[in-house]
Amino acid sequence: MIRALIAQARNSQLNRRALLAGAGAGATALALAACSTGGAQGKPKPAADTSAEDKTLNWANWAAYIDEDDSGAYPTLERFTEETGITVNYEVAVDDNNTYYGKVKDQLALGQDIGADTAVLTDWMIARWIRFGYAQKLNHDNIPNLANLNPALLEPDFDKGREYSVPWQGGFAGICWNTEAIPGGLESVEDLWNSDLKGRVGVLSEMRDTMGLIMLQNGVDIAGDWGDDDFTAGIDVLRKQVADGQVRNIKGNSYLEDLKSEDTLAAICWSGDITVINAEAGDKWQFAIPTAGGTLWNDNFLVPIGSPRKANAEALMNYYYEPEVAAEVAAWVNFITPVVGAKEAAAAIDPELAENQLIFPNAETLSTAHIFRSLDGAEEQKYQAEFQSILLGA
Amino acid sequence: MAFAAFQTAEAVPQAPKRHSRIALLLLLPGIAYLMLFFLAPLVSLLLTSLQAPREFGDIGQFDYAFNWQNYVTVVQSYLPHIMRSFGYALAATVLALLFSYPLAYFIGVKARRWPMLQALMLVLVIAPFFISFLLRTLAWKQILSDESFVITSLKALSLMAPDAHFTGTPFAVIFGLTYNFIPFMTLPLYTTLERLDLRYLEAGGDLYAGPFTVFRKVTVPLSMPGIVAGTLLTFIPAAGDYVNASRDFLGGTDTQMMGNVIEANFLVLLNYPAAAALSIILMAAILVLVGLYVKRAGTEDLL
Repeated sequence: MIRALIAQARNSQLNRRALLAGAGAGATALALAACSTGGAQGKPKPAADTSAEDKTLNWANWAAYIDEDDSGAYPTLERFTEETGITVNYEVAVDDNNTYYGKVKDQLALGQDIGADTAVLTDWMIARWIRFGYAQKLNHDNIPNLANLNPALLEPDFDKGREYSVPWQGGFAGICWNTEAIPGGLESVEDLWNSDLKGRVGVLSEMRDTMGLIMLQNGVDIAGDWGDDDFTAGIDVLRKQVADGQVRNIKGNSYLEDLKSEDTLAAICWSGDITVINAEAGDKWQFAIPTAGGTLWNDNFLVPIGSPRKANAEALMNYYYEPEVAAEVAAWVNFITPVVGAKEAAAAIDPELAENQLIFPNAETLSTAHIFRSLDGAEEQKYQAEFQSILLGA
Repeated sequence: MAFAAFQTAEAVPQAPKRHSRIALLLLLPGIAYLMLFFLAPLVSLLLTSLQAPREFGDIGQFDYAFNWQNYVTVVQSYLPHIMRSFGYALAATVLALLFSYPLAYFIGVKARRWPMLQALMLVLVIAPFFISFLLRTLAWKQILSDESFVITSLKALSLMAPDAHFTGTPFAVIFGLTYNFIPFMTLPLYTTLERLDLRYLEAGGDLYAGPFTVFRKVTVPLSMPGIVAGTLLTFIPAAGDYVNASRDFLGGTDTQMMGNVIEANFLVLLNYPAAAALSIILMAAILVLVGLYVKRAGTEDLL
């Protein structure tokens, strides 16, 4: 952006007075360009790839989402640099799909470099980027290890054949509870609405997980062809539980703070987190996939449209699809790895780890988890508006 | 800004004797700054607030239009949040004033004899700023959580119902707003009270006014600039605050303020025109309320 402005200023031979006179108008136009919402132009064009000369890579990822050693370095990433000569600038730049999108959307619409050559985002957000033409088409010749991808993840409805995105880690959404307060445990989403837990239940602000679990409890196949009535029935359940004060709060990642402070004793939560807080704050939480089924989501690599280092990003994806590397990451982050063979590689390091169903689920566990089907723009707008109206208490 | 205005308020305004080109030149950076970072975004915001959804467009796609109905729609949908914002902000401002006035009076008047104590107390008022207010608000959330010492003690003393809780309620949000904005109230009050001429109070007493009457008729009017500045510095940011009321901090689903609605519309619903319209309404409402208030308080030449 700034580089473009300087170039523009150089090209136009303005004298000082004209420049000053134009500054006001220019400032307005500039601000408008920067703040344009959506933009009237068509889909942006991918940037030219300069990976051959430029051996660097900017990677935007979530916090605690890669193996880290005690000094804060990333061992697998360091080995990647040794093997390929590509220096990776790893940035914990994503803390929420929506805020990250809010930050980069205008540059994406203009086809500019957003400062990340690959970003890791959740399925539904990836679907939006692909629909809007904000992701570059990957060259599978550069990612031979993609053959190790779990076949179940090869044909998602938003990216058939994984032309634009490659899974990084996945996880379940299910229910969890404080085993000291609820020794008997919970089995289904219905158990969360038990009057003993009034005011002590948390649910996630991620619509697809909270609504997914409630709709599964209502007997809806969330991966299949459900419609407005099924969603509204689910919304009614949530609205009632929130209005009755059964649900204490609706939160994103910070729901873990509520579990720790015991504001909530049971919650809808993400599988990997429970392993982490058990390690942090005493072994007293348990996670389960509800009897009616849980949701399964994935976070995926993609290459933003304005990135000039696509081949470097592909090299990174290829590297993380080596089973040994994937096992090392999975053992640290406690989420589900999409790489076939990682389980065997993990068994060589730690046999107990390889049996953990929340990291290396077998076919039986996977059959209880469902992927929330993709929504088109109109559905997304309608359903989010309903869901947000509960979050905003309107 | 406000502080400087009040310090020079009593001086006789002096008009510059001649217009100088250099003065204009010196003004230029300021004007450019305002154009670039205030006027241009404001124009952009106004244009966005009038956008209409693109025909057959995807989520978050809008075209420039003159769709003034956006304003009607957001007021219809979010009137409770608008009222709540101003209600909470008013409550927090009044509470902050009640807490800050005695504090500022003590520091500025009673502690005059001990400059060290005065300095120390001022540092204590300002000290919280050394820690991010996000962290401090999160800390309160922990301190006031259900199983915390404070809440369990209150319940043990039957001052709170056994199944009641504090975080996520309107009280928690108003508490957070009050706590976070108290320094903004205390400091301007201190600057006026510190210069309060005690001989006026003596004169009041000599004229047979009781302590309360002296306070009401002498101290309060003399500290009015501080009260006006403090209430404005508290009310304006409190009305637009979205941190304390956020569900991630002290709020819950039924304490959401305008800032939270704007955030949800902008980031999640991608309804940029609604978010922009709400921002404009918030700004306009604050401008009107503050204008009325300043006019009533009779200190319009101070602004």
